[in-house]
Amino acid sequence: MIIKEIQNMTLCALKQGMKDKDFTSLEITEVLLSRINGLGATLNAFITVTAEQAIKEAKDADKLIATGKDKPLLGLPIAHKDLFCTDGVLTSCASKMLHNFIPPYDASVVKNLKASGAIMLGKTNMDEFAMGSSNETSYYGPVKNPWNLDLSPGGSSGGSATAVAACLVPAATGTDTGGSIRQPAALTGITGIKPTYGRVSRFGMIAFASSLDQGGVFTRSVEDAALLLGEMAGFDENDSTSVDVPVPDYLGGINQPVKGLKIGLVRQHFDAGLDDDNAIAVKEALDVLKDQGAVIIDIDLPNIELSVPTYYVVASAECSSNLSRYDGVRFGYRAENYKDLNEFYCKTRGEGFGAEVKRRIMTGTYVLSAGYYDAYYLKAQKVRQLISQDFKKAFEKVDLIAGPTTPSPAFSLGAKMDDPIEMYLNDIYTIGANLAGLPGMSIPCGFVNGLPVGLQLVGKHFGEESLLQCGHHYQQATDWHLQIPEQFK
Amino acid sequence: MSLNKEQIKYLAILSRMDIQDSEIKDVVDKLSRIVEFVDQLQAVSTEGTEPMAHPLEQGQRLRIDKVTEDNQREKIQLNANETNNGMYLVPKVID
Amino acid sequence: MNSNWEIVIGLEIHAQLATKSKIFSGASTAYGGEPNTQACLVDLGYPGTLPVLNQQAIEMAIRFGLAVDAEISSRSVFARKNYFYPDLPKGYQISQLDLPIVVGGNMSILDGDGNEKIIGITRAHLEEDAGKSVHEGLDGLSGIDLNRAGTPLLEIVSEPEMSSAREAVAYMRKIHSIVRYLEISDGNMQEGSFRCDANVSIKRFDQKELGTRAELKNLNSFKFIEKAINHEVMRQIEIIEDGGEVKQETRLYDSDLDETRPMRSKEEANDYRYFPDPDLLPVIIDETYIADIKKTLPELPNAKQQRFIETYNLKVSDAQILTTTKQLADFYEAVEKIANTESQISANWVIGDYTAALNRDDLEIKDAKLSAADLAGLLNKIADQTISGKIAKEVFEAMWDGEGSAEEIIESKGLVQITDDSEIETIIDQVIENNPSQLAEYLSGKDRLFGFFVGQVMKETKGKANPQKVNEILKNKLT
Repeated sequence: MIIKEIQNMTLCALKQGMKDKDFTSLEITEVLLSRINGLGATLNAFITVTAEQAIKEAKDADKLIATGKDKPLLGLPIAHKDLFCTDGVLTSCASKMLHNFIPPYDASVVKNLKASGAIMLGKTNMDEFAMGSSNETSYYGPVKNPWNLDLSPGGSSGGSATAVAACLVPAATGTDTGGSIRQPAALTGITGIKPTYGRVSRFGMIAFASSLDQGGVFTRSVEDAALLLGEMAGFDENDSTSVDVPVPDYLGGINQPVKGLKIGLVRQHFDAGLDDDNAIAVKEALDVLKDQGAVIIDIDLPNIELSVPTYYVVASAECSSNLSRYDGVRFGYRAENYKDLNEFYCKTRGEGFGAEVKRRIMTGTYVLSAGYYDAYYLKAQKVRQLISQDFKKAFEKVDLIAGPTTPSPAFSLGAKMDDPIEMYLNDIYTIGANLAGLPGMSIPCGFVNGLPVGLQLVGKHFGEESLLQCGHHYQQATDWHLQIPEQFK
Repeated sequence: MSLNKEQIKYLAILSRMDIQDSEIKDVVDKLSRIVEFVDQLQAVSTEGTEPMAHPLEQGQRLRIDKVTEDNQREKIQLNANETNNGMYLVPKVID
Repeated sequence: MNSNWEIVIGLEIHAQLATKSKIFSGASTAYGGEPNTQACLVDLGYPGTLPVLNQQAIEMAIRFGLAVDAEISSRSVFARKNYFYPDLPKGYQISQLDLPIVVGGNMSILDGDGNEKIIGITRAHLEEDAGKSVHEGLDGLSGIDLNRAGTPLLEIVSEPEMSSAREAVAYMRKIHSIVRYLEISDGNMQEGSFRCDANVSIKRFDQKELGTRAELKNLNSFKFIEKAINHEVMRQIEIIEDGGEVKQETRLYDSDLDETRPMRSKEEANDYRYFPDPDLLPVIIDETYIADIKKTLPELPNAKQQRFIETYNLKVSDAQILTTTKQLADFYEAVEKIANTESQISANWVIGDYTAALNRDDLEIKDAKLSAADLAGLLNKIADQTISGKIAKEVFEAMWDGEGSAEEIIESKGLVQITDDSEIETIIDQVIENNPSQLAEYLSGKDRLFGFFVGQVMKETKGKANPQKVNEILKNKLT
């Protein structure tokens, strides 16, 4: 085995390689760290690289491997989105507000993956507090799309997506509130899964919108996603919204045949707004699944176009409250010159938050304020119910829902920054799953103008297994997920 | 519905965030567009629809009443900007 | 108070629940720790932390609801109340708004004329307490201690149905008594475990609608509540009689100056923007759970008072005093069980000398040296005429100071009552002989001098003579 190929390998392949003594965890770690700091530096995918710690952990892992010990992720390197709290390591949420925040604890996700033997290489860049769809709202600057450095990788987990797509790391964690895993996965040509709400603990995952946020993973194959998700998921008593349902053996069950699987195609997804070539890529992907025995059924989600405005009311309302804790008193940024308590608050928050975060806080404050609550917040909760009911009805007929992840491939950095609505509409296909709490996954399904696009699969509550099975079978028949941007080969 | 400058200023006060004069026009403009965008919800008939606050339909889990946390003040306060005798300092609070 | 005006008072009582850990975290609720040593990451609103609800807080709220005949909501919801304040770490307080855990209920009190009056309880909801600000010795800054942040509070909201400061105090005392009976709060007012806000308004008797109310914040003693409300009523009357209008505002009572003043922090723009807390799910309570809790409820003050009146034939006012706390009621019953004195006499001793001694030494019942059996032993010495009631007081003090049992003290101090007829007779003869002029006056019709002779006999015997016998023999001698 040539060490140079390590960077292109999946978690499963790396695991096998270590087992076969082709290379060590330390060798993997060193190769990737040098890529992160070298070739990958222009991408701005990382906020913090924890090289020293990673090397130490890799050496420890190699020792364990030498003694014949095994853990599901032993010695495998990953990166965490910079909103998962990491004990002793800067966790900034890509905000000036937390530019100096060192959590005294690990998020449950971080803890779980550590316990499974994974090694953290660093913390990835993102939109500030996960608010954005282009990774341009980061205090640390935008992340670049490895397929074309002038383009956005999408967001908010843009750093994680780019790091995996550019082969800086085989897998990374992300969070998805309205599409923040699936959209960047699609725009960078990798696999991204957001599980069912409640499947992955939110404890230690810095909140954007609590009823929508869910942690998930970016990988280069569905198989890896199954492996990693299986290790990070599970019940957590520290999170009241964590669901006490056993985690199935995702990886072990991945070969279940898709024959007879009923896949719903949402009519509304092919209305105006979807790029023609993107639509073709999705339809071709469905043909592949059809060939494997899946049954394609047309379905309706009549209220789905309302998901974006609904989301912007609900998510903004929740974030306006979730972000009130950033007041400069106990942690984080603190303004320097103030004459009294009020000015202290206003300056700290005015200076610590970026423009998009402020807009969302103000939007949320507005929709919850006296006189507007019923018209906006309560109304949005009711429409959320309608959208959720639509999914319920659809799932009486089908096992999975398939469609495009995004309306079009990656867009230029700066292209949508002046128009918040156009930016928001990028999430039109992904938001529904968050509103209803359903699992969703994006897998690469082709190229449009040389840029990757994604196929989105949405499952029933706790239906991750069928998403992974379907995605895995698709990847057995196609090689879209094996494509690597020229510059980062 | 579009928002005016006064409304923006009020929202900034409620959310305790300074908005610079140089920012305000952009904020008024973008927030107005967002509000106009979400205004489309008003046209939806939701009669008889229960509001959905949360995607989970289960009830709240309860924790046994037990002290599980010990004193971690020293470690925790490494993140604090100003403390005195273990207290967090702020400009004078006036009741 | 001015008789043209009707006073309308509603109370919001905050009772800290006596859980070991906080409502949403595993940090200790113990009082008096060093600043921020009992504030864990959840209490501090640290990024990424989440609340998990304490089962005991729910159970305690249900106990309260059942005790005041309220309805327990099968589904209640926690909501966020958003505002900025340094002692509120998350920038919101987790509370309940639309769907509180306890709805309705009532509490009977005695009004100014001693008649029973029912005060409606609108609701009781669970919420988290805030931290504390300290202003002294910090060079013009404030210090924030978040040990108290996250302590469970039950906020008990009454209907605006009290019409005097005294009724408000009576109601507050009753609630205080109930929460202590239920053992859901220590009710310690000095430590802030039990405090209230009062909504006060006035209106003319012929006026239908309520007047504009002022909210008085943080009244933490029965004395202050009464003073603050009376002060506020006077202030409102003066304003209206001077042709002004009462402003709806929040006022803080300053006990040093005995005045209320507007709270500056509450004057700023505020809009709490309540919405359901998305980190918490609805609390679902089923009938079986409620029924199980109901079985564990203790006998409550009203029922106990009624039973004391019926079983022990006590005066209503005494039964009420004895049942104020469960500890006192239990103590009385323990005494009553052993003592051979009449129940009312036992009650007099418990309410009188015993309670006075507790108050004088600022002791709780559990901390006093004198046990119920000790006191009953003393009462039995009265019952068997070993000592008189008057001598018993002396013995009581010695027992209180730990000098021994009633028997030992009576023995060592030689306080045994003189009951021997001939001995008493000898002393009486002596007294009559020594007071010829008084004897003459008495015989000429000045009956009230009888008491003089009794007094002289008691003086001679240092109070040890059996009073009945003295009366009897003296009467024979003087006719």
